[in-house]
Amino acid sequence: MSNSIEELAGTDFLLVAGSNTTEAHPVISLRMKRAVKNGAKLVVVDPRKIELTKWATRHVQIKVGTDIPFFNAVANVILNEELQDSRFIRDRTEGFEAFARHVQMYTPEYSAEICGITPEEIIETAREFAAAAPKAAICYTLGITEHSCGSHNVQSLGNLGLLCGTLGVPNGGVNPLRGQNNVQGAGDAGCIPTDLPGYQKVERPGIRAMFEKAWDAPLPKRRGITKITAMEQMIKGRVKAVYVMGENTVVSDPHANHAEHALRSVDFLVVQDIFLTETAQLADVVLPAASFAESDGTFGNSERRIQRVRPAVSPPGEARSDVDILLEMFARMGKPQKLKTSKDVFTEMASVSPIYGGLSHERLDREGGIQWPCGDEDDPGTEYLHGDEFESGFPGFFAPVDHIPPAEEPDDEYPWLLTTGRRRSTYHTGTQTGQASGFQLLVPHEMLEINPLDAADMGLMDGDLLDVSSRRGKVTVSARVTERSPRGLVFMSFAFPEITRTNDVTSDAYDFITETPEFKACAVKISKSEYQDEDVRVAQRRIRLAGEVKQPTELMPADGRGDK
Amino acid sequence: MTTVSVNGRAQGTTKWLDLYVNSVAVRCEEGSRVLDAMDEAGFEVPTLCYDERVGAQGTCRMCLVEVEVNGRTEQVASCTAFAEEGMSVATHTEEIKDYRKTLLEMLLSEMSSPNANPYSNKVGPTEFDRAVEEYEARWDAFPRLRVRDKAVHDENPFIQRDYDYCIACYRCTNICNEWEQAAAITVDGRGQESSIFTFFGNELMDSPCTFCGQCINTCPTGALTDRKVVSQEISAEEVDRTQTICPYCGVGCGIELLTHEDEIIGAEPDFTAPSRGSLCVKGQFASWEFVRSEDRLRHPLVKQADGTFRKVTWDEALDLVSSKFKDAIATEGPDSIVCWASARVVTEANYLMQKFARVAIGTNNIDNCSRT
Repeated sequence: MSNSIEELAGTDFLLVAGSNTTEAHPVISLRMKRAVKNGAKLVVVDPRKIELTKWATRHVQIKVGTDIPFFNAVANVILNEELQDSRFIRDRTEGFEAFARHVQMYTPEYSAEICGITPEEIIETAREFAAAAPKAAICYTLGITEHSCGSHNVQSLGNLGLLCGTLGVPNGGVNPLRGQNNVQGAGDAGCIPTDLPGYQKVERPGIRAMFEKAWDAPLPKRRGITKITAMEQMIKGRVKAVYVMGENTVVSDPHANHAEHALRSVDFLVVQDIFLTETAQLADVVLPAASFAESDGTFGNSERRIQRVRPAVSPPGEARSDVDILLEMFARMGKPQKLKTSKDVFTEMASVSPIYGGLSHERLDREGGIQWPCGDEDDPGTEYLHGDEFESGFPGFFAPVDHIPPAEEPDDEYPWLLTTGRRRSTYHTGTQTGQASGFQLLVPHEMLEINPLDAADMGLMDGDLLDVSSRRGKVTVSARVTERSPRGLVFMSFAFPEITRTNDVTSDAYDFITETPEFKACAVKISKSEYQDEDVRVAQRRIRLAGEVKQPTELMPADGRGDK
Repeated sequence: MTTVSVNGRAQGTTKWLDLYVNSVAVRCEEGSRVLDAMDEAGFEVPTLCYDERVGAQGTCRMCLVEVEVNGRTEQVASCTAFAEEGMSVATHTEEIKDYRKTLLEMLLSEMSSPNANPYSNKVGPTEFDRAVEEYEARWDAFPRLRVRDKAVHDENPFIQRDYDYCIACYRCTNICNEWEQAAAITVDGRGQESSIFTFFGNELMDSPCTFCGQCINTCPTGALTDRKVVSQEISAEEVDRTQTICPYCGVGCGIELLTHEDEIIGAEPDFTAPSRGSLCVKGQFASWEFVRSEDRLRHPLVKQADGTFRKVTWDEALDLVSSKFKDAIATEGPDSIVCWASARVVTEANYLMQKFARVAIGTNNIDNCSRT
């Protein structure tokens, strides 16, 4: 996030796009609700009638994958009504002229047609955003990024921030809400094929030389490959060995059969995790790790705040912390490290990463969480980025981007559009929430959300078992008839992989810049399952036995899961 | 450029007030409550109806203090009265201590038993019980006119409601309606007859409740408790707390893990963290059982020829991994190996994973799951 979570409560205008905030980030949604209570306007841009729309001044129900025409048209209105912040544009941006010409074709009428909304919704949103600026905050999550045009979607939102000068000010900003507890930290630490710790580029010679000196080791010059590329290379036989820490790739990645095929193709797979996940079952070696409650270290949250994680209990059996396991691995590879504890590791990281420069475990223990960039001991951290200049050191570039429809759209054979996401009480692949007692009462199993009119057309009732198939796979799931889904659009989460492996169905398209998969749009067909009178679990097992759905977990260990 | 605090007030324009609390000089911002000044000076009084997130109500009267300003002396509720320049505050006069004791005894007279509170017995004394102890309030000081209804029949697995301990402070309904804005509970009836109520008297499962648990965590008496915690065989003397961060989404709410003999028994929000004591259903009710799960991996495993796993020692597992990696480097080069870090584990482990890929293996083939 460019700004801070608490700042959202004090803003005058909130544009929330592609974020089911009350379910995916419930505690951030509290700040949004508070802003609305204090008189802020809230515009929710989402194809589904999500819970947050109850607080919204306006719900702009665009069609899936039409974000760019919508935001370009908002820019069009701002420019035609001369509501932009000309001073900000002059002082801090580049590319304005080309952008202004580019969005001229995106009139409210033109875009409204593409988005399936009225021109007035665009015009009013534009006026309200510009009137509130700079105290106008834009928030988005995976509904924006998990598209084949995801990075362009983000740029189209960024354009609005530049146009009205909502960047570098409190209560504004363009704010991606981070999906997992430590996505931010993993990126900060340099787990990116192009970046060393602190987002310093591998391919910049000066940077590499600095790290070679700090680490006293030669470093590879060429950038590495992303997960998506790696999986292709596994299938082609070019990647021989894979080391996976704490990720259930087989279930979490799109077109799951592809991910599984890739991992089965390598000669040697090591998985380090807390459970024998679907991915760990494919491994040659499984290393038992400590959970968060047994680990010492830090997590970086959505607002770049580094907070301490402390061990409350000891790991079970012989399980060890990820830090210990990795330090041991270094030694066995002939590169022993002087580091002993998590604290030592943090100190080294802060010494090579200027954004962490002023941070240490001791300071975080003393002062609580601190937001980077934090250059030195006296730096209190940074509530919002881009204050006097952009962190990149460059001006803000306007990006003229165009509408790109999802890679797969409904057709005669696959007439429904499936979009996926989270529900409040289930998380991700369900390895953790699936263990919490009582949660099966909240959401008992996967459900396909479908509009009541569509359900009526198909003769469906709540709870009917359905077969949902795409060009890549098939799952069985029960129907949930709800107005949250607009007509033609159906929704599923992916938290019940043992019964319904949603990502067998999802698209294999991905963003051509970031390689983020297009989880938010794929074409499916739906029919009533032949096992209508049965429980979804029983039906799914029957289908598996009949060999219709490939089952990745045939390789159950002889000694069961751990020490059961 | 002016620095602006998150609530939008320009810091440069703050007006400061000087006052005394029990003769201790303190300085606070204009607009501060007397309670804030007392907090600043380090004096604590019971605040049974106050939760900073939804503001003051001034109904429990426990935070009553004596203030002297401009030559007049009066007793005010410190949560609703504002600090003034030159004010002198006395928090623990004999008269006020007696008054607090009487109030507590009147509240106690509505409870059927002084010793059965599940929270105080199993986790630690509630705010109410701490006040009762401090002011030596007696349970039998007043005749029992009316005891509130006992446990409500509500079979949800998360929130236990027992209105025997309810003191009608309305913190739960305020947090539910004003902060969480779920509107799951409300106040029914008036005066002595008032009670906390779900709409139509439904069970919470059939209400708009999202089970965020904030009502439990603001409840000062243990009328609302975490059923998962209080149903365990534990005793308050042996419960420890560890401040850490919720393991789910990117909000990073502060939590405290409650432990008992090296076993986690529950979670509560960390009120000192920037999340200000908020959690959602996952942080409150799903952040620890998986840690205790029978399904946790306990030993390194190596796959055998028949596809099943065999338990091995760490030495055997790590030797196998390092020899395979060395082979791959020797025969196919370092770029034939790929390492994937995790958005779920601590940053320190992620740092080591990328350093391992770059230094120990010699490849930039390091990625994490932020794309997916």
